[in-house]
Amino acid sequence: MLVIKNLHARVESREILKGINLTVNAGEIHAVMGPNGSGKSTLAHILAGREGYEVTAGSVTYEGKDLLAMEPEERARAGVFLAFQYPVEIPGVNNVYLLKAAFNAIRKQRGEEELDAMDFLVLVKAKMQFMEMDPSFLNRAVNEGFSGGEKKRNEILQMLVLEPKLALLDETDSGLDIDALKVVAKGVNKLRDPKRAIVLVTHYQRLLDHVVPDKVHVLSGGRVVKSGGKELALELEKRGYDWLKDAVPA
Amino acid sequence: MDALTPYLEGFRALPKAPQHWLRALKEQSLQRAEARGFPGLRDEAWKYTSVAPLEKRSFKPASGTAKLDAAVLAAIAITGFKAHRAMFVNGRFDVTHSRLPTGVRAVPLDALGAALHNLPALPEIWQEDTFTDLNTALFQDGLLLELDEGARLDAPLELLHVSAPETVASSHHLRCIVRLGPDSLATLVERYVGLEGAKHLTNAVVQIDLAKRAQLTHVRLQEESTQGFHVGRVLVEQKEGSRYISHNLQLGGAWSRLDIYTRLAETGAHAELYGLYAVDKRQHIDNHTRIDHAACGTVSRELYRGILDGQGRAVFNGKVLVVPHAVKTDAEQANHNLILSRGAEIDTKPELEIYADDVKCSHGATIGQLDEDQLFYLRSRGLSVDTARNLLIAAFAEKLLGALPHPALAAHARGRLGTSITLPVQT
Repeated sequence: MLVIKNLHARVESREILKGINLTVNAGEIHAVMGPNGSGKSTLAHILAGREGYEVTAGSVTYEGKDLLAMEPEERARAGVFLAFQYPVEIPGVNNVYLLKAAFNAIRKQRGEEELDAMDFLVLVKAKMQFMEMDPSFLNRAVNEGFSGGEKKRNEILQMLVLEPKLALLDETDSGLDIDALKVVAKGVNKLRDPKRAIVLVTHYQRLLDHVVPDKVHVLSGGRVVKSGGKELALELEKRGYDWLKDAVPA
Repeated sequence: MDALTPYLEGFRALPKAPQHWLRALKEQSLQRAEARGFPGLRDEAWKYTSVAPLEKRSFKPASGTAKLDAAVLAAIAITGFKAHRAMFVNGRFDVTHSRLPTGVRAVPLDALGAALHNLPALPEIWQEDTFTDLNTALFQDGLLLELDEGARLDAPLELLHVSAPETVASSHHLRCIVRLGPDSLATLVERYVGLEGAKHLTNAVVQIDLAKRAQLTHVRLQEESTQGFHVGRVLVEQKEGSRYISHNLQLGGAWSRLDIYTRLAETGAHAELYGLYAVDKRQHIDNHTRIDHAACGTVSRELYRGILDGQGRAVFNGKVLVVPHAVKTDAEQANHNLILSRGAEIDTKPELEIYADDVKCSHGATIGQLDEDQLFYLRSRGLSVDTARNLLIAAFAEKLLGALPHPALAAHARGRLGTSITLPVQT
């Protein structure tokens, strides 16, 4: 589903990604781990199409198409979803409006009919209940005045509503207490599907206690320095990242 | 030729007022305007708005013969808005298209004396204003809204002024007087519409007097034509416990200047001034507001927002004056501007003059562009660049549009603004 080959990228003159190779197949959950500054978030941003990064070499293909040539909205409509590390507040635009606009933009792309307001509300309310969110969230402005945990929960709600084929979660676990972490994990597990791929970008192992990955990759210095199964995450938890810093790229 | 010549000549061509006092008032006003001339950039209040384009156009006082047919009226009516109506065309009262409620009179010149007694005196600071003087000299018809103690207008009153094309560039001078008795309540929607092809100056003066605990909600919609010039003066005097709520939407015209002045004369008087302005192409819109806290325990809230695109230019000046004995004054003011293009410009100036202790006053002005992070967030959820931009602009305006006293007015304003996005009401 997603094939990243020899991806090099920089911000201004600073090279951040130095040859990333990664293949994610449908039905798989991958964890991308690594110390601060290893390039994890940069990778997630580039995949979602954020400006400010220059790809200097390599390629990213998504379902056989050149992902890097697509606009952010085209990626979203093609089924790519990024759960932001720092979801932005948008005063004046309420959650239900954004959810419905996003939902219908994606349905339209798929050649499906747009859902009317009532049917959509029923759908969203069920997902909100699953995410243990108060219905009053719908009429609040997007992320405005939300706590860190509420923002992350809202990202997962959007993900559940939009049902992406490829979900990228950028440090969704950071700053969550244990109860919120469990709810977020529940949301991610709900999305687990043979036709879907999920990439969890995270610094810590603790989310992986609740969402068990098929593969774990360690990023360091802009490269994947080690890949393995779920046991690699446990090893990282015990030993930290230092022992891998000078490892030969995998 | 002097810039005032067309106005002086126009005055001589108008029928004389039948009452001696009114004739004298009009002549004196004209003489003062003539002696003073139009304001220039040297005048502090006109520092960022040049009157030169207005002087150049020689707006001749309108002939008073323009009529409006029903089809045009239907086309400009606000869908779903039920209101009484006082209709004016090019400054003259149009009885056939008006539906006046009890307590409201449109007064033609020949009956002015009986109905208006004497015009209420202008606030002192407005006796030195050439546009107000020209209005006094040149207005032909007036609207008088008078409510007795405890009276309530059962529906909003729409003062609809339409500027229709004349053979030459014309000026339309309209006077409106609102006197609300103690505990009375009304909503006035003052609306200025310019028809396509109208090259005109609208010069409107509204004098408002609110008795104890009277409440006026005052919507003002400026929708002049692309070549239209607009000058407005709203002068309010507020007695004890009265409330004046103003929604000023300046969305049209080539060149426009509005001054809103309210004097919180007695304890507990309360004013809320909300404003939204949008400029594009080469439009120029200037909003000046002044709130005088002249008694203790008076409250004012002010929020103005501007959207600036193209080569458009806007000015905001908000003055708040607190006199020495006006303790426990509570005043808040904010002005936010959204700049959408490199060529647009905003000059914003909050002006606080506080001569009393124990007051709570705040002000702030911001100028910004669309937020790149917000745009990216929306796009990453599948919204196109245009949709995302429009959504953010609509959200910026919604704070003011959503506060309008009637949903039909809000829908109409959204349409004028061209965002075409109706955001659900936030609870």
